[in-house]
Parts: sequence; C-alpha cells; structure tokens
Amino acid sequence: MTEIPLQPAAKTQGSLDHVFYVLKANPVTLIAFAMFALLIFSAVFGPALVPYDPLATNASNALQPPSAAHWFGTDNVGRDVFSRVIVATRLDLSISVAAVALSFVVGSVLGCIAGYWGGWPDIILNRFLDTIMAFPLFVLAMGIVAALGNTIENIIYATAIINMPFYARLVRAEVNIRRDAGFARAAKLAGNSDLRVLAFHIFPNALPPMMVQVSLNLGWAILNAAGLSFIGLGVSPPTAEWGIMVAEGANFIVSGEWWLAVFPGLWLMIAVFTFNLLGDGLRDIVDPRKRT
Amino acid sequence: MLASTPRLRATLLRIAQSIPVVIGVVVISFLLTRALPGDPAVYFAGVAADTASIEQTRVAMGLDKPLVQQFFIYVGDLLQGDLGQSLSSGRSVAEDLAKRLPASLELTLTALLLAIAIAVPLGVLAATRPGTWVDHLCRVVVTAGVSLPTFFTGILLIYIFYYLLGIAPSPLGRLDFIYLDPDHVTGCYLIDAALMGDWETWRGAAKQLILPASTLALFTLAPVARMTRAAMLTALSSDFIRTARASGLSNQTILYRYAFRNALLPVVTTLGMVFSFALGANVLVEKVFAWPGIGSYAVEALVVSDYAAVQGFVLAMALLFVALNLVIDLLYTAIDPRIGFSSK
Repeated sequence: MTEIPLQPAAKTQGSLDHVFYVLKANPVTLIAFAMFALLIFSAVFGPALVPYDPLATNASNALQPPSAAHWFGTDNVGRDVFSRVIVATRLDLSISVAAVALSFVVGSVLGCIAGYWGGWPDIILNRFLDTIMAFPLFVLAMGIVAALGNTIENIIYATAIINMPFYARLVRAEVNIRRDAGFARAAKLAGNSDLRVLAFHIFPNALPPMMVQVSLNLGWAILNAAGLSFIGLGVSPPTAEWGIMVAEGANFIVSGEWWLAVFPGLWLMIAVFTFNLLGDGLRDIVDPRKRT
Repeated sequence: MLASTPRLRATLLRIAQSIPVVIGVVVISFLLTRALPGDPAVYFAGVAADTASIEQTRVAMGLDKPLVQQFFIYVGDLLQGDLGQSLSSGRSVAEDLAKRLPASLELTLTALLLAIAIAVPLGVLAATRPGTWVDHLCRVVVTAGVSLPTFFTGILLIYIFYYLLGIAPSPLGRLDFIYLDPDHVTGCYLIDAALMGDWETWRGAAKQLILPASTLALFTLAPVARMTRAAMLTALSSDFIRTARASGLSNQTILYRYAFRNALLPVVTTLGMVFSFALGANVLVEKVFAWPGIGSYAVEALVVSDYAAVQGFVLAMALLFVALNLVIDLLYTAIDPRIGFSSK
C-alpha cells in the first residue's frame, strides 16, 4: 500500500471529480443514492405524511386487498399497511444506525489500541474477536437478547456486538500498517503525543474503508434486527416494524392475503438492497481495485 | 509416507487451534446463562416461590458460590452432557436438542449442497464468460441473494408454490400426517426412508424439504457464487495459467486442473462464513416452515422465557459451528495443491 502525499486543495478537487466520474460511469450507484435519500425522507417525514394512523384499528375494514384508498391493503384489524410500512422505516433505520454507530465507535477504539500498541492487548482482543466469530452470529444475537432481556435497546446492543469484530479487525489492520509510517514518525517527532498521532494522523486513514464497511453493515444490521423481531424478540406487537409485520402477515399467507407480509418484506428488502448497492458504489469510489 | 507428514502436522495443528476457541465459547455461554435478567434463582424457583425456597434453589443450583467455582461446576456439567432442564418440555435440554438436531442438519446440509451445486458452476461460468448473460445473471443473483430476508423469501415461496400453484405440500413440518415416520436410524428422514426402501415416504419427505431447503439455499448461494467468480477470475489471470496456455495445454485441463483447483481454496474459506449465515438463517426458515428442528425449538423456548433451553441451543450451535469450521479447514489442507506437491 502506498501513501499518497497530502495535498489538501488538489485532493478535494480530484476526489470530487472522481466521485462524479464514478457516478456517471455507474448509474446503479446513482440510483442507490436516490433510494437512500427516499429512505431517509420517509424515516424523517414519514410519520407526519402517511394518510392513516398506523395504530388505528377499523374492524369493519379488515383484510382489504390493495386499493386506491389503501395502497397496500389493510391488515387483520383494519390498519392501513402502507402507513405502517412507511412509519416503520424510522424504527428500523434507528435500530440499525444506532447498532452500527455503537460497533463503529467501540470497534475503532479497540482496533486502534490493539493496532498501535500491540502486545498483550492485541493478543487478548484477537482471542476475544475469534470467540465472538466462533458463534453463528445471528444465534449469538438471539442468546444475548435472551440473556439481557427482551427490549429494543438490547436488540441494538446485540446487533452492535455481532458487528463489532468487523470494525475492530479493519481498524487494527489499517492502524498497524501505518504505525511506523514516515508521516506517523514525523508527527511523533514534532512533539505530538501517541494519542494525538493515533487519533488525528493514523486513524483518519482507516475512515474510507470504514465507510464502505458501514454501508454494507447497515443492510446486514437491518436484516438482523428484522430477523430478531420476526422470531418475537425486541419489538412488541402493536408497534409498526418490518420484521414483526412480516411475522404477523405470515399467518395469512396460506389463505391468500399476501399483502400483509409481502409489502413490509419488500420494503425491508429494498432497504437492505439500497445499503448493499451503496456499499458497492462507495467501494468503487474509495478503492477502485477491489471491484468484482 | 513422506507426503502425508506435512499434512498430518497441519491437521494436528489445526485441531489444537480450535481448543482455545471452544474454551472461549464455553466462557461466553456461561456468562450468558448467568446474565439472566434479574436473579436466576428467583426465576428457576418458579412463580409461587417464597424467600426460603428461592434460597434453597440458590444453594441447589450453586448460585451462592463464587463465580469462578460456578464456572467449573458448569464445565463439569457440560462434560457430562448436562445442559440443564427445559422448563417448557420438562426434559433435559441436551435430550431435546439431540432429538431435534437431525431435522436441522438435514435441512441445512441439503440447502448447502443445493447452493454449492448451483453457485459453483454459476461462478465458474460467469468468470470464464465475462460480460455475457451468465455473468449478468450471476451479478443479479449475488446482489439480490444477500438482500433477501430469508423469512420473507420463505413466505413468498409458500405463497407461490402452495397457495397459487398448489404444487407444494402445506408448510407444516417434515412429513405430511398421511405418512408414517420412517424407522429412526440417522434421524434424517431422506436417509432413513431410503434405508427402509420406502420410496413413497421418501418422496413425501423430499416434497416437504424442497421449499425450506430452497429458501435457505437462495440465501447461501450469493456469497459462494460471488467468491467462486472472483477467485476464478484471479486464478485465470495469473501467470501460471498464462504459462499453461503457452505450453499448449487444452482449455479443459487449464480450466479444471489448474484454475479451478486453485480457485477452490478461497471458496472453501468462505464456506465457514456461509455456514455462520446458514445456521442463523436456519432459525428463521424453521420458524416459517414449522420445521421441527433445534432452531424452532429455541424460538418456542424464547417465547415462554425458557432460558436454559435457549442458552443450550446457543452453545450447541456454537460448538457445531466450531466443528464445521474445523472440518472445512481440514478439507482445505486436503485440497490445497501446494501441500503434497512441494514435498515430493
């Protein structure tokens, strides 16, 4: 890996050009960005804009197929599926963003310590990460939620714990190869403390690959959180959340009321798909060599 | 004899390496069982317990002892195969898991074989014909496959093949009630029925298995196909392939004897990760198809807060995963062309 000398003005110009070039060359990434904006929009403004109250029941209007009044139909107690699907965006995104942010921070700190100083913290961290990775990760998340208690916060903690090894390993590797790099030594020689060199000179180099990881991870975190609520962990029934909506709709699929489960499942899929595309696109921007 | 020595050493080394991992897994499972919400003694004593009986439970469970001592008692119990009592079924957790494990293994292994049988040829074809429809198909499958929530795919397949087309049996368990369970030999219905020569039952079991196995296969297919394609592309563009081509070897020989054997190595490595996904997704698929495996057992236990059963399940899955990884790595040393050739 070669170090690119830092040239602030020219670099910003160059990388912006590169971003535009990649976006133009790969329209899929552009679509992914648009879908991402749509998701964020429905997470922020969705609850204010949906046509019906996501919790309002209406027994006389139950199990209606999709129509002009109810785009996604109504569920078994007459709630509007469209409103519930849109409102659920906020909860699902918050869970995964919170979980990924948590594992990003914890993973970065642990990875920096292990990568910069090495020695026994490094050995302990590696053993610890190996042990986490020795579990099938979704199963470990189930165990953690079962042990800590069945709440949304614990879903976040569990998702964060199973994501953390990826960040810690990435940061450890990125920090470790730059520990004795010329620029790090120069910064040290100029009188900066170890902590300062680590935080402001070495760690920022790990950020581009980290951003790719974050994007790919967000999709996975949503899948995990929805999977956990599908088996009845975390979110409790009246709340609108994609996983639990699919679980509730599953009971009606064998009698042909497909819209209950299909629309929330479809939205979940679109969200995951967006983050995966975004991750691939970001990787093209950050590291064109890793394109597959 | 000489050729087997480095392989034997690599094998022993790899087995030795899995010991600390097993210890780590046991430590984490122990911490999970002891991190129950509230006081485990209150929980295990039951709803109608008073202070005296809670104290009695605490002493009986050894919860009054220091944590380190509790850990050794826990390990001692584990060595005797004791995972505690399930509150919901009233039997020991180990017994319950052992009874349900074959169903899960049958499902997971069928799905993995299915996934590998589709993904590896797809990846190879995509790599040898870049830019063609096979390549594009591979890309679509790979991206869609990792984005599909397994429980959603399962429900969609039920809707299409059971409700709309009516060609799949009802998604309830391993065998329709009109068939008798085959005699218990391995616990895998397909194998047991085949051993009995009862092809009627075999067909019935296969019919039940095909939808859940396809659901799981769709999910695991993506990483395998992606890795096969990437590994094949790397192998095909390397120098030894150029040399082989220059030497005038046939395309077939180059593709299968040279490129594919080398491309298999990273593919086998990804299988470990794929297993991790498959075992997790297994839980969801079992719930969707009411498959009586250990995954749905854990889900049922979660619903009634039967913690001993859940933690027993987590530990069993982790040990299964460690064992699978060990097998994969041993397989790796067996197929690595560098081991064995170098010692000739």
